[in-house]
Amino acid sequence: MTTALDEYREVSPKGTVDFLYRLSDLVKGRSVVHVSAVRYGGGAAELLRRLVPMMTALGVEARWEVIAGTQEFFAVVKRLTDALQGRDEKITEDMYQTFREINERNAKALNLEADMIMIHDHQPAGMVEYRTSGAWLWRCHLDLSQPQRRAWAFLRRYALKYDAAIFSLSGFAQRLPIPKFLMYPSIDPLSPKNREMTRSEINQIVDRLGIPRTKPIILQVAKFERFKDPLGAIQAYRIVKKHHDCRLVLAGSGVMHDAEGEVVLAEAREAAGRDPDIHLVQLPPEADLEINALQRTATIVLQKSLKEGFGVTVSEAMWKGKPVVGGTAEGIAAQLIDEVTGYVVHSAEGAGFRLRHLLNNPGLITRMGAAGREHVRRNFLITRQLADFLTLLKIMSPQ
Amino acid sequence: MMTQRTGHTISDSTFTFIGCSEVQEILGQQAEDEKELAELVEEIPLDSIHFHTHSYFLRHRFIERAYPNDFAQWVVMQVGDHVLGERLAVVDPFDYPNLEDLREEIISIIDDHLSRMSIIPRVVFGEPFHFKRSRILEVPIGLEARSLAEFRQAVSEVDVSAIYFHMFEAHFRLGREESDFSAWIRSGLGLHELADCIRSINPYLGSLERLRSSLITACDEFLAKPS
Repeated sequence: MTTALDEYREVSPKGTVDFLYRLSDLVKGRSVVHVSAVRYGGGAAELLRRLVPMMTALGVEARWEVIAGTQEFFAVVKRLTDALQGRDEKITEDMYQTFREINERNAKALNLEADMIMIHDHQPAGMVEYRTSGAWLWRCHLDLSQPQRRAWAFLRRYALKYDAAIFSLSGFAQRLPIPKFLMYPSIDPLSPKNREMTRSEINQIVDRLGIPRTKPIILQVAKFERFKDPLGAIQAYRIVKKHHDCRLVLAGSGVMHDAEGEVVLAEAREAAGRDPDIHLVQLPPEADLEINALQRTATIVLQKSLKEGFGVTVSEAMWKGKPVVGGTAEGIAAQLIDEVTGYVVHSAEGAGFRLRHLLNNPGLITRMGAAGREHVRRNFLITRQLADFLTLLKIMSPQ
Repeated sequence: MMTQRTGHTISDSTFTFIGCSEVQEILGQQAEDEKELAELVEEIPLDSIHFHTHSYFLRHRFIERAYPNDFAQWVVMQVGDHVLGERLAVVDPFDYPNLEDLREEIISIIDDHLSRMSIIPRVVFGEPFHFKRSRILEVPIGLEARSLAEFRQAVSEVDVSAIYFHMFEAHFRLGREESDFSAWIRSGLGLHELADCIRSINPYLGSLERLRSSLITACDEFLAKPS
């Protein structure tokens, strides 16, 4: 469903929507095509579902194409994803050949004529071999800071053929002799995950998840993965629990068909023991309203990740007026203003110390929460990202 | 900073507000200790010096950070060196006639600091300093002012990037001693006293929203004076 840009007047900073209209005047009639691997699931698809109709409403000829691939192709790109993020994956020459063939087939089948062609992530990145016109930009949503050498060497050959690359954080980028832009991800304040909810709606969902609302709640929303450090979160909670009667809720997507997830969840269960105030919640995929309700019910949000993508859950929590205690992963530190909208911590002990400090100071919780919401309003809403795209369209496709 | 112009100018009689949109470009150079920081400050394009000092405010429009430029912020928050952070924090870019002089001052402060240290402070648990620069696009916002009352009203509702553009970019872009605002109030409206008052506002004291408030207050106080 298209959300009219004017609906964002209530939630975005003063003058933003008018500014977007003026900015769009500079690129009216230009064309852009986004290409991604999937229509549903994942950050890129979630963003494009909202952004493309907004660009169209502003007079830009925006389209979104999704590549078609075989089961074999998607198995290959899954391995490539893991390898690019540093995991030890074996990718054979036959697999690379599958990648090339599917990219060639899609490049010939899709309409890629536009002033700007934005390729999202690595799955369709090989289509650049067949570029004809327009400016080609590669939007990399992955953390490429420590890729497996061979996998990156393979992809880099394609990256060099783009006019520019876009990364979510400086630290995610690899050395490339083309312009590299930085574009922080954003949240949509009107989406089910972030929209306002009534008290009864929130209570109904939280009750359904089996979480009593009788004590302060410390919440971490994250997959059950080692990098998200659920055991560190439990350790921090135990430090707090000595002084404050509170609950810890660790909510993440289900771990079915996920070997690491199952192991990490089992470890978290063991660490939680029989403590009735620790709740391990497995959420269904795209549980947007559940996450929204949990974040609104929480007293403080914890993001004790050792490594993150961008970790947009930090912005989601701040948007709901919650202070965030977060780890030093670059994405978290980029969103948090230490000691203003929450605390950046380096250890489970640090997290426990800061959580305890906040629970001792309810006024501080309110102040930091309010500062966090304003910080997100000005820096991490989809309206800002729309401005980024329009600006890039103007800069990269001069007419 | 690379600014893409749209050909709009400010005439004597009418003030035309121009906003701006910034995209950040990663230069790919990064420093992990203070010596490396000084070495890279010497090498990087001047655009990057501008980005980490002047346009810092464009990216922190509402909430004031503890330190008013990226260099000071990094050495305190990531390296943990409060002494160097404090020395870099008081560098006011408006004190330097050009970016090359500003670059020299930053290098000189870091070198002087390191000459008194037995070890080179470095990042242990934090993030390295990533050098960046801006590409800035001028955006005509469609707001004009022909009188002080109209100017005051427009300042109160304009996108805050226009405050940045006319207060910060104008100084760098035009190489003038004063901002577009005080220049127009002086030459377009002939209000020298108010122009001096606006010129005396130090833009490095706070966020862009605070700067907006200071401009509105200056206009209100002037308008309230008996003529």
